[in-house]
Amino acid sequence: MNFDLTEEQQMIRDSIARFVQDDYDWDTRRAIAASDSGMSDKAWSTFAELGWLSIPFSEEDGGFGGNIVDTMVIMEEIGKGLIVEPYFPTVVLLGGLLKRAGNEGQRSALIPGIIDGSVLGAFAYLERQSRFEMADCLTTATAEGDSYTINGEKTVVFNGMNANKIAVLARTSGSQSDREGLSLFVVDADAEGVSRIEVPMMDGQRCANIRFDNVKVSADMRLGTEGGAMETVESLVREAIIALCAEAVGCMGTLNAKTLEYTKTREQFGTAIGSFQSLQHRMVDTMIAYEQAKSLLFKAVCEFKEDPASADLTINALKVLIDRNGKQVYGEAIQMHGGMGITDELDIGHYAKRLMMIITSFGDATYHRAQYAAKAYAA
Amino acid sequence: MDISFAQEDLAFRDEVRTFFDEQFDDELVSRLKSEDFKEAIVDWQQRLFKKGWIAANWPVEYGGTGWTPTQKYIYESERSARGIPGVIPFGIGMVGPMIYQFGTPEQKEKFLPGILNSEVWWCQGYSEPGAGSDLASLKTKAELDGDHYVINGAKIWTSYAQYADWIFVLVRTSNEGKKQEGITFILVDMKSEGIKVNPIIGIDNEHNLNEVEFNNVRVPVENVVGEVNKGWTVAKALLAHERTGIADVAQSKRNIRLIKEAAAKEINGGRPLIEDPGFQARIADLEIEIMALEFTDLRTIAAMAAGGFPGPESSLLKIKGTELQQATQELRMELAAYYQGVLPKYMSEEDLGHSFGPEARVSYMYGRASTIYGGSNEVQRNIIAKYVLGLE
Ligand SMILES: Cc1cc2nc3c(=O)[nH]c(=O)nc-3n(C[C@H](O)[C@H](O)[C@H](O)COP(=O)(O)OP(=O)(O)OC[C@H]3O[C@@H](n4cnc5c(N)ncnc54)[C@H](O)[C@@H]3O)c2cc1C
Repeated sequence: MNFDLTEEQQMIRDSIARFVQDDYDWDTRRAIAASDSGMSDKAWSTFAELGWLSIPFSEEDGGFGGNIVDTMVIMEEIGKGLIVEPYFPTVVLLGGLLKRAGNEGQRSALIPGIIDGSVLGAFAYLERQSRFEMADCLTTATAEGDSYTINGEKTVVFNGMNANKIAVLARTSGSQSDREGLSLFVVDADAEGVSRIEVPMMDGQRCANIRFDNVKVSADMRLGTEGGAMETVESLVREAIIALCAEAVGCMGTLNAKTLEYTKTREQFGTAIGSFQSLQHRMVDTMIAYEQAKSLLFKAVCEFKEDPASADLTINALKVLIDRNGKQVYGEAIQMHGGMGITDELDIGHYAKRLMMIITSFGDATYHRAQYAAKAYAA
Repeated sequence: MDISFAQEDLAFRDEVRTFFDEQFDDELVSRLKSEDFKEAIVDWQQRLFKKGWIAANWPVEYGGTGWTPTQKYIYESERSARGIPGVIPFGIGMVGPMIYQFGTPEQKEKFLPGILNSEVWWCQGYSEPGAGSDLASLKTKAELDGDHYVINGAKIWTSYAQYADWIFVLVRTSNEGKKQEGITFILVDMKSEGIKVNPIIGIDNEHNLNEVEFNNVRVPVENVVGEVNKGWTVAKALLAHERTGIADVAQSKRNIRLIKEAAAKEINGGRPLIEDPGFQARIADLEIEIMALEFTDLRTIAAMAAGGFPGPESSLLKIKGTELQQATQELRMELAAYYQGVLPKYMSEEDLGHSFGPEARVSYMYGRASTIYGGSNEVQRNIIAKYVLGLE
């Protein structure tokens, strides 16, 4: 048993931490989030130059050959620095779909672009009615000769505004919530019939609601088999949840550290507020909440590394714990900062908002607790 | 032990309902949600003023309603249940009572009418960057120069200062003795030379808060309310007013109702969320606490009706009330799922694909402040520990 990072993993971690420290301080991050595109092209090229965009891809695909531990390390640092650039939608989501279901032609057409930073990706899965049920899909793709025609609407698509390549989940057969009959396509964002409405989010992300009106896509751009996408999607969601939970752990650790620092320096009644025992005990509790979340993250990562499907129950558990403990950590951070915690200027509220979005993405505690119970207590 | 309302209370409730039905119209509702907020809320307050219902807590001789505690309770419940905003507290709820309680006849004549008819907008200049929970350590100073005080310093977290015509301020007029002893309560015209208002954008992305700077602001001595150096007595009296009605059980009940309505429409995996046992358990846990708090509130009201005055016990209502408000706001956010993060407040439902996400966000994010302002919940717990439980 060993929970240490390899030397390479430590190097990745340190290089992101150094980037955040030198080039991505809070004022920079604020300015980037407030800019027109909500991301920095300069930062994105740096990510490409430093090789971060290549990490989870195999060496045959031109990548670094990293595994889930590497992804965890990167995402945790992204969480600490509150990096708003679309690493998750591009590398983890679009890249993850290509890794899983892309044929050689598709991989060689798209992965080099992800690695060099020219491809910005998105995965359009959510629909107005679908909530957390990935298979609940009304968007259709109709085959005609060697192409498909896509019709429908996807909502709150992460990185939807900036993406130039969008993976779309669409129904090629079956009815609304059938697991069978779903297929995946990669569509150019500027293809005819694609229209986007910007949906800016509280955590700085530029999401989009995307309409597909008779969008033609060549059959070459179908990822995986026709009708068999759900397996790919479920496999992707495992990794996506682990990645987001790693980011959440990064946010939580930073919130705890900043709050601790604040309570040591903020004085009221002639003394640091950190000297009040009522606050001390609650800070002990947020520290425990963080450690517990980190432990379950490690467990999920270890299981996933052995055999992704074996991590399923732990991933449900992890999502439940991140929900509960994440809320506890950001709630206390805001409360203990008093009025300062209620401002947009301070970073505390922004970490909270990122955590809130992570908590709801791919299912919140209510959803995952039910999934957990169904698996663990089924007769 | 009896919870039924008397006949005249039921008649009063009908009158309140009729008034709200007639006066709180759709046009007003949409204006309150728009950029037009200030004009809309003043308009609403003036409708209440015309009806004679603007000042529930004032004595009748100054224009109050003369309502019994039960009537106040009925009024507040009916108001909150409909999502009707409360009267902006700074004039009617705060400075008005200080003026009729501690002010000179001239001050009463000059200020009370504008407060009652909502023509003058007030804000509260208490907190400073270095003086929050420990308010008495405030440093903004006022020095006597002939028949004027000259004020220098800065106030922070001043709600709605951008709209305000006047501000009531706690200033330091002496450094002798205990820190509570050199504080004075003074009224300042926001148009005075040397006042600068700097906006603070909140965690809800709205502009409600401000910093107010005072640079050699000259204020006539007759604007002091109460005695010079005795402002702490006034400030404490004000806090008692601030705490009544703080539990706002009706608001939480309304949120629960909205959650249940929305959860019946929100489908997950082919089933409405309201039928999901996990979600049901979440709502039930909240409803049970709210049910209890409603009776805790009623017990306080009954004690007041019998002639008592809410003492440190009102801290209990503040703590539990705000915690339950936050918990219901949180559940509403969860219900909105991904849409809880949507930033633009006025995005149409057609474009967005969701009806209440942004509204849930604003109320949840701003709601984080309810456990911080009005005496933080930590400070309230300290009060109960010391004055109710006798722990020192
Ligand atoms: C939305 C909003 C609106 C406001 N509007 C106004 C306004 O209009 N006018 C105005 O004057 N002020 C206003 N305030 C200010 C408010 O009254 C202060 O924020 C509050 O008094 C807390 O002070 P602080 O922010 O300096 O926090 P601090 O006092 O620094 O407190 C920081 C943390 O330490 C805790 N703490 C402090 N002392 C103790 C203790 N002894 N034991 C245990 N814990 C303790 C607090 O509870 C808090 O969690 C507003 C604040 C907010 C958030």
